[in-house]
Amino acid sequence: MTFLKPGLFAAAVMLALPVAAQEVLTIGVRSETSSLDPHWTQLSADVQVHEHIFEKLVALDATSQPIPGLAVSWAPIDELTWEFKLREGVTWHDGEVFNADDVIFSFDRLRAGISGAPASPAFHLEKGAKQWERIDDYTIHITTSEPYPTVAEDLAMLAIVAEHAATGVTESVDFNSGLATIGTGPFMFEEYSPGNLASVVQNPNWWGGEIEWDQVVFRPITQDASRLAALLNGDVDMIDYPPTIDLPQLQEDPDFTVSTIPADRLIYLMPGYKHVEPFITDNDGNVMVPNPLRDWRVRRALSLAIDRETIRDRVMGGASLPTRNIVPPGFFGYVDALEADPYDLEEAQALLETAGYGDGFNIVLHGPNDRYVNDARILEVVAQMWSRVGITTEVDAMPRNIFFSRLIRGDELTIPGFDVPEFSMSLTGWGTVAGEATYTVSGTLETYNAATGGGNGNFGRYSNPEIDARSVLAKQMVDADERLRLLQEAITIGMDDYAYIPLHFQVNNWAMRAGLEHQPRTNERTMAMDVSRVD
Amino acid sequence: MTEFIIKRVLQAMIVLFVMTVLVFFGVNVIGNPVYIFASSECDQACLTKTIAELGLDRPLWEQYFVFLGNLLQGHLGNSFTHGIPALSLIFERLPATLELAFCALALALGIGLPLGVWAGLRPDTFISRCIMAFSMIAFSLPVFWIGLIMILTFSVQLGWMPAIGRGDTVEVFGADLSLLTPDGLHHLAMPAFTLSLIMMAIVIRLTRAGMREVIFADYIKFARANGIRERRILSTHVMKNLLIPIVTVLGMEFGGVIAFAVVVESIFSWPGVGKMLIDAIGVLDRPLIVAYLIFVVFMFVVLNLLVDILYSLLDPRVRLGGNQT
Repeated sequence: MTFLKPGLFAAAVMLALPVAAQEVLTIGVRSETSSLDPHWTQLSADVQVHEHIFEKLVALDATSQPIPGLAVSWAPIDELTWEFKLREGVTWHDGEVFNADDVIFSFDRLRAGISGAPASPAFHLEKGAKQWERIDDYTIHITTSEPYPTVAEDLAMLAIVAEHAATGVTESVDFNSGLATIGTGPFMFEEYSPGNLASVVQNPNWWGGEIEWDQVVFRPITQDASRLAALLNGDVDMIDYPPTIDLPQLQEDPDFTVSTIPADRLIYLMPGYKHVEPFITDNDGNVMVPNPLRDWRVRRALSLAIDRETIRDRVMGGASLPTRNIVPPGFFGYVDALEADPYDLEEAQALLETAGYGDGFNIVLHGPNDRYVNDARILEVVAQMWSRVGITTEVDAMPRNIFFSRLIRGDELTIPGFDVPEFSMSLTGWGTVAGEATYTVSGTLETYNAATGGGNGNFGRYSNPEIDARSVLAKQMVDADERLRLLQEAITIGMDDYAYIPLHFQVNNWAMRAGLEHQPRTNERTMAMDVSRVD
Repeated sequence: MTEFIIKRVLQAMIVLFVMTVLVFFGVNVIGNPVYIFASSECDQACLTKTIAELGLDRPLWEQYFVFLGNLLQGHLGNSFTHGIPALSLIFERLPATLELAFCALALALGIGLPLGVWAGLRPDTFISRCIMAFSMIAFSLPVFWIGLIMILTFSVQLGWMPAIGRGDTVEVFGADLSLLTPDGLHHLAMPAFTLSLIMMAIVIRLTRAGMREVIFADYIKFARANGIRERRILSTHVMKNLLIPIVTVLGMEFGGVIAFAVVVESIFSWPGVGKMLIDAIGVLDRPLIVAYLIFVVFMFVVLNLLVDILYSLLDPRVRLGGNQT
């Protein structure tokens, strides 16, 4: 069965024939779209399709910085209240007029909970305990319980759905059928067939101006080799995540173009900070007390022992940006002074000597093997590099569905809020979706606190009061300059202490046929609006 | 016959029950799907809320009874990923897989049988040796590799075939079929051929072995002595005896092809159930995995039954119902 909106059936039949006048862009994507309900998940693979149909109050530019979307402007009017002015003259795909009621409806829908949703973005409304109020047709007030600077960044994650179309519909199902898939965006729903394709057609009345494509088709092609083959033989015009090993060839081929941008995803190694770590043993195989990773000299030695450029050139096909920062260049909070650690075996050796671990010890390095670009191979290379300074490293790579449960919660069934992360050293990634570092600092560097949500990605249980003080303050600092200072200080303190060991930012690539030009985004999303024809 | 079928159905119920226990608990001990979907900014409160929303906070046995209760009412739960009833997802994608599997079966029999008969009749000729070598290769090379090489050769180098996806479809009795459109056939050819290779190899080898055995049997000699024409001997006397082992093996093999055409479907991005299963496992979509496996068990039971019935039609010595004297 295929979901097809009856009114567009004729158009679909026409488009199936090779009509030259139609401008169709077919994109081969790595991950399948799980639902067209924009409140269902916030996985990039889903959001990139949603964003063609639905819009947000705040949009994001290519480097994830907030720009006007359905709201034309926003500003704090007192300590706790932000005023959002909405765009006038916007219509829904069915011709109804967009106004503040739709915004209120969307937020209410999220707060009420999306039944069955595995990863609803609703939690963005809980941050700062946001409340919303309709002032007039085109004005909204958002109030928070405490001063809260990143309201706009949070609202950039929440799609606005039509009150008249989405009232009383079944979550996910009615959006997949097209019934409730009425948005304000540049493209309109045409067809969704799970696992096969999602297709959208141009919205001639879009407020944002001319759109180059008449139709955009997303085809999920999970296998890397097949996705590349589909591009090579012309089944699709463009693919995301071309296999890194084929990048050099694609770049040289005059028939194809490759676009590249450092992504917001940091790949790093996280040490465990418990007094006793089960996977750190001395040369006789006994668990070490105290855990040597608690000594910053050991962590620095581990960082210096990694040759990040070799990883970039030999493992990543050039598609990585070695770093010691935690957000990519161009993001709010990036620290210019932090440069990627050089590869320095002698210094690493010397540091281990002074710390009293000259004879080395053993580490088990855990990580996923199907989550990040070339993750398992990075693990192997790091293990070899560490073994070279005398730290014998054993790799334990596992599928992500097992890895993340053990990373976050530990092996046994634990009580929520009292999780015991299991690994002593693990490879993970962190995506700074919001385009600014507040929640990256809070999530990865702050002390773990289940009640406030601080350190919710801090699975090594690193704790540093100097950072906590700045991070907690930054989360409430509305003044942008002051917040930037706090964040940069916190990041510098954390990185000087080697709270964790950053490897690189993933560099994302797209490959397309010659004659297309693509302005890539840091947040990994593939948008037809960013692609234009140049032939 | 009726007694036999009733017995079989009862057996199947027990198998299904044991299966639900195994699958449900098996799937539930690996990881937690919430952690896979959750954004890195989703904190403890948000995780707890989602876990409760999906009913994963309850004890496992309680979840199992809820599941069993729903199952008895014919509801296999909603997919975590898509929020759609798991069964409707399966049935939505099943036509694509069935079409692929039946085409593969047709190719396997259509090509495999004649080749096998030839190789059995003239075992020492060069062509027969080639046929056997082909069957050996088809059986032992990984499907994954063959699929990729086919894509490289016919799609990328020669540009004759589309590399991925399913072509245009026409709706027949509520199911989309691509078999009936030229574009659909074009898309179907490579994946169906790739999927058929292993079955084809089995058919060739079984047919050849059967031929070698049957044509020396006494009743064939008598048939020849009676002056029956060679063609009739082959098509009636030899064929009937040949088909029994082939039906047995293909019956089982075919179930496997439908249930786990995972590799071929992934390589050719064929929107079938096999690809759905592998995606569901990747994100621990428990209801979908469980529903699918239960569906597969059900399908195997039915196929088994069909094979037994076909048996009795092909071989009058086999009497269903077990009233041996």
